[in-house]
Amino acid sequence: MPEYNELITRIYEVLQPFVKAEVELTEDSELVTELGLTSLQVMSLIEHIEDDFDISVPLNILPDIRTLRDLANQLVKLT
Amino acid sequence: MSLFDKFKPIIDIRSELDSLGIMPFGAVTEKILSPTEAIVNGHEVILAGTNNYLGLTFDPECIAAAKTAIEEQGTGTTGSRMANGTFAEHVRLEQELAGFFDKQYAIVFSTGYAATMGMASTLAGPGDVIVMDADSHASLYDGVRLSGAEVIRFRHSDAADLEKRLRRLGERISNTLIIVEGIYSMLGDRAPLREFVEVKRRYGGLLMVDEAHSLGMLGEHGRGLAEQEGVEDDVDFIVGTFSKSLGAIGGYCVSNHPQLDAIRFATRSYIFTASPSPSVIASTRAALRLLQERPGLRKQLWDNARQLYSGLQELGFQVGPEVSPVVAVTVEDRDRAIFWWNQLLQQGAYVNLVMPPASPGNNSLLRCSVSAAHTSEQIDRILAAFATLDKQASLAASDNA
Repeated sequence: MPEYNELITRIYEVLQPFVKAEVELTEDSELVTELGLTSLQVMSLIEHIEDDFDISVPLNILPDIRTLRDLANQLVKLT
Repeated sequence: MSLFDKFKPIIDIRSELDSLGIMPFGAVTEKILSPTEAIVNGHEVILAGTNNYLGLTFDPECIAAAKTAIEEQGTGTTGSRMANGTFAEHVRLEQELAGFFDKQYAIVFSTGYAATMGMASTLAGPGDVIVMDADSHASLYDGVRLSGAEVIRFRHSDAADLEKRLRRLGERISNTLIIVEGIYSMLGDRAPLREFVEVKRRYGGLLMVDEAHSLGMLGEHGRGLAEQEGVEDDVDFIVGTFSKSLGAIGGYCVSNHPQLDAIRFATRSYIFTASPSPSVIASTRAALRLLQERPGLRKQLWDNARQLYSGLQELGFQVGPEVSPVVAVTVEDRDRAIFWWNQLLQQGAYVNLVMPPASPGNNSLLRCSVSAAHTSEQIDRILAAFATLDKQASLAASDNA
């Protein structure tokens, strides 16, 4: 069962191609307002992580996810 | 901050288009001349974006039935199906739909949106799970959001991804609704329904298929993709609309589950709205009969679809993955799509302009839908309009046009 640190590291890896090289990703980075991800890119990110950890992320939790920390915390609950 | 701030992106794109004199959304049909011709925004055009697949909107039998119903039953029912709004004809249409689909039970709704949204929001509830195709129609997304169920989406038309999602559910599969469509409305592609059914047989769950764009088009009797793929017994609920191949407005759900009659009285989009007007029910009944009596309409529709699809391909446009009554040209540049839409209108062809997020992915679409009522010559005229498009054009260029 992956822990928070493993999840946040994997999120950084998957997310890097979506953002500009000079952007430094932190747990406080906001997916849409700060990193500028479109809803399609957010879904693509989530699909990567679903495959990696063999989980399904319900759409219901997406409104509660603003930052990468929020995402990792939600994933901890699902794994 | 105000309530109105969230509408700014819509206001901005509308004023941008207004300043260019282009009105793709809410184009006004000033005069409808036939199922395939109209005057739209001042231009006489061939209609190539109406979903009027069988071309029955002006059929004399449908019109006569609607006229008689108005004269005998008035213009509206003025009430819910649960109160004063169930007329004998609503019940007859339900019986006829059940007979046509070879199912035991049917519900008629006031719109297709009410049918798909209503069934998606009611069949599963809190504590249940919905697993849906990622490219599902907005009405299905609205419904699942209202349901209170846990909603999981799988990659579009990907049976292996569906399988993974169902496997992960474990015992929760017994409380799971799977939602897919027959023909997808934007690109015209068909779901791999036989593969989906194989997965469902292995894991379980109930399956609902939205056949809005496949009723009258697929299967020996025109019942849709489930009939064509020979899997009707594995589909628990079929939903759809009267507003496309049947040329009216309204929606339906058919099923062999006896609980459908109880679900009727739990579905808010069935209860808290007025029932369909008598003329709508009458023309729909006539159209459903004609769909069965005239299989030639289906053949003509597919001949026209092939002509448009291959013609656009020959002109070098990027069309959908397979021949279908929905023929969508993908345009990567949004501004070019807007410019082309306007050019097509001026050249005598009305098509639908679809931009993200309504289109799948990041691309825009010039979405055409063909009708059995199109003549081969009309399809040629649509193609001739596409042939005039400047492949290098963009919206900026239109400033000087």
